[in-house]
Amino acid sequence: MLRALLLTLSVVAIAHAELCKPDAQNAFKVRISIKTALGDNAYAWDASEEYLFKAMVAFAMRRYSSKSTTQISNVLLCNVTDRVSFWFVVTDSSKNVTTVPGSEVEAAIRMNRNRINSAFLLSDKTLQFLKITSTLSPPVEPSTPVWLIVFGVVLCLIVAGIVFLVVSGIQKHKKKNKDSTERENLEEKVEVTVTLENGIPCEVLDLKAGRINGVFAADDERFTSL
Amino acid sequence: LSSTPEIPKEDGRPKWDNKFQYILSCIGFAVGLGNVWRFPYLCQIHGGGAFLIPYFIALLFEGIPLLHLELALGQFLRKGSIGAWNTISPYLRGVGIGSWVVSVLVSLYYNTVLTWVMWYFINSFQEPLPWSACPLNENRTGFNEECYESTAVNYFWYRKTLNITPDIAESGTLQWWLILCLATCWAIVYLCTIRGIETTGKAIYVTAIFPYLVLTIFLIQGLTLPGATDGLAYLFTPNLNTLKNPRVWLDAATQIFFSLSLAFGGLIAFSSYNPPKNDCEKDAVMVAIVNSMTSLYASIPVFSVLGFKATTAYWDCLDRNIISIINEFDLPEESIMRQNYTSWVSFLNSSYPEKIAGLKLKSCDLQEFLDQSVSGTGLAFIVFTQAIILMPGSQAWAILFFIMLFSLGLSSMFGNIEGVFTPLLELQVVSKSTPKELLSGIICLISFLIALCFTLGSGSYWIDIFDRYAGSLPLLVIAFFEVIGVVYIYKIKRFSKDVKWMTGRKLNLYWQITWRFISPLLLLIVFMAFVILQMQKPPSYTAWNPKYEGFPMKEEKVYPPWVQAICVLLAALPCVCVPLVALFHLTKKKCRSKDSCIVPSEVFSCQGANS
Repeated sequence: MLRALLLTLSVVAIAHAELCKPDAQNAFKVRISIKTALGDNAYAWDASEEYLFKAMVAFAMRRYSSKSTTQISNVLLCNVTDRVSFWFVVTDSSKNVTTVPGSEVEAAIRMNRNRINSAFLLSDKTLQFLKITSTLSPPVEPSTPVWLIVFGVVLCLIVAGIVFLVVSGIQKHKKKNKDSTERENLEEKVEVTVTLENGIPCEVLDLKAGRINGVFAADDERFTSL
Repeated sequence: LSSTPEIPKEDGRPKWDNKFQYILSCIGFAVGLGNVWRFPYLCQIHGGGAFLIPYFIALLFEGIPLLHLELALGQFLRKGSIGAWNTISPYLRGVGIGSWVVSVLVSLYYNTVLTWVMWYFINSFQEPLPWSACPLNENRTGFNEECYESTAVNYFWYRKTLNITPDIAESGTLQWWLILCLATCWAIVYLCTIRGIETTGKAIYVTAIFPYLVLTIFLIQGLTLPGATDGLAYLFTPNLNTLKNPRVWLDAATQIFFSLSLAFGGLIAFSSYNPPKNDCEKDAVMVAIVNSMTSLYASIPVFSVLGFKATTAYWDCLDRNIISIINEFDLPEESIMRQNYTSWVSFLNSSYPEKIAGLKLKSCDLQEFLDQSVSGTGLAFIVFTQAIILMPGSQAWAILFFIMLFSLGLSSMFGNIEGVFTPLLELQVVSKSTPKELLSGIICLISFLIALCFTLGSGSYWIDIFDRYAGSLPLLVIAFFEVIGVVYIYKIKRFSKDVKWMTGRKLNLYWQITWRFISPLLLLIVFMAFVILQMQKPPSYTAWNPKYEGFPMKEEKVYPPWVQAICVLLAALPCVCVPLVALFHLTKKKCRSKDSCIVPSEVFSCQGANS
């Protein structure tokens, strides 16, 4: 009886060893980078963490297939390195010594990736399932593109400035016109008492000697030689 | 008859509120985007601190003399470029017209560069910055392919901003977001130039001073970043061997020339609003020195940030290699750090060479990352934006950076628009009763409509063409004719007397020698070297083509013949104005002299242009 038990156990152990090894069929490699993710708050990877991992995978399989038959003992881990990296495989208890197809495992992990990540305080990048691509979340896009809002503000300011300047220019122009007509009316009323000849009052002009007009007495050098 | 220059205030010409406004406008015109994104690049590729030697020699013998010439000319003749050159000699009117054409062409494309800056500015208000992450592809399993193969920053620039076509012949469609930004930019330009220097004089206080504030903030921030000292050491370490390459001297001469915005007619317009008895000699020296100092000052934060970016890229490279090694050998995390990386690699290589070779580790060399030099739009919109993502508080830095670029460009736009506006006002294309606001509005509207071409998918290729052909060669030609015209046609003795009347000092030997011989000679040499360099290979461009096999490298393509014809036209049109107008005037005079032999009326009709 004891011998039979020992024999079954060894068979199971060997079978397990057969099922879970690097590059086995339906096996996946996992790579965990705790220090990169958590820095000083990093925890050590030990047997309890491995147990948690098995539990999460079993949880994922249960949620995906809703069969509720996957046990923690169905998840086999092997080749744990210092990196931390290891291989795992999910066995099927209903069929003897076989593994659940890789596609099912992949789909299950994918569906529950978020939960698995949060259990370990890691992210898609630091808890890597090689061969399982993750669906990338799109960047958050606000309903109205931000740049249109800023653009609208800038444009409004500029248009306000232009309108202000144009209107003030028109007002100045009108005022200048009004002032010049007023001045013309005023000049007509006031009699010009001083007669001017070429900008020089007549009294100052020496009518006999004449006065040199500066415009005509320019140097010859002022003219460009033709 | 016309009033003599002795009674300036009666001609009703607008004037600057104070001298500071005038100096600030000249400085703002000269200090532009090139000071930030071209000078540091040239310093870097031409042997760091050693480049300052040809730069200052060019400043001394080319920059300052030409600047003084233009400022003195405008101040004395009190007219915009076309009127001023017409007064010097009716045969030289073409020089003024050439300046005017160049100002028009440059205004068109320069404001489109500001449009890109504005687009980035209004996108900087988002969290996270839109160029920091790649968008996802349709089925959300990975990132957009074009973005993934290049970088998120490249993708945002080439796809989301320009929506660039793979070839210049494919025009693509008008990009509506760029049209909106272009309209805004032209509205801002209209707002600031609506009444000529009355309004630009007020606006320049902000647009000319603000960039210095931001540069200082970036300087302080940049120096605190890790890797900044590497960048600065790389920039300023002199390598005197590069001075043997004539290309370095040519680049220094062209950089000084284009940096001071000479031959645009804008400086003549600005100084024409001065009171005549103003010391233009001191002004010229001051503006030129401030411009060069600004270039130097700007290169410090630029290179601190570039050093930071190179260091971060180097660290990323190391980290990626470390992760692949750790994953391959299943070593515990943080067993390999950046410091002991090389010792680990050599140890593992001796024990497991095939595994190491299989990992295909990239060689990480800090020098290599520092060597990746970029200038122009690539520096601002790709390299700098990438560095900004890595800084804490990236939104604030992005907003500051793009406002600074916008102010720098806007103050240069004022000079360009004045170069267009002032001659039109003087030529009296519209009647005197038309308000200035209407004329400036029409100029801005027409420019906006023409510049819509640059918002097409192939727009940025066209802007490169305009920059290379319209904004370079014609300026050299016009400046050459400017110096020759003043020195040999107007005669330098007469000009010296005019300058002495204005400044109260006689022209010293330095100005005499540079104006008479050195500057024209330098311009001639630079022009010929420029033309020879252009002729050496067929004009080509690099296109962003996602389907190219070497993607994300840009594809080198040759311009099709019709585009080459346009390049030649752009370069030749302003230059050809000079001889054409001289010829036109000659034939007009010949026809008139056949009709009437009354010489005095000829003389007076020439001087009639003075009013």
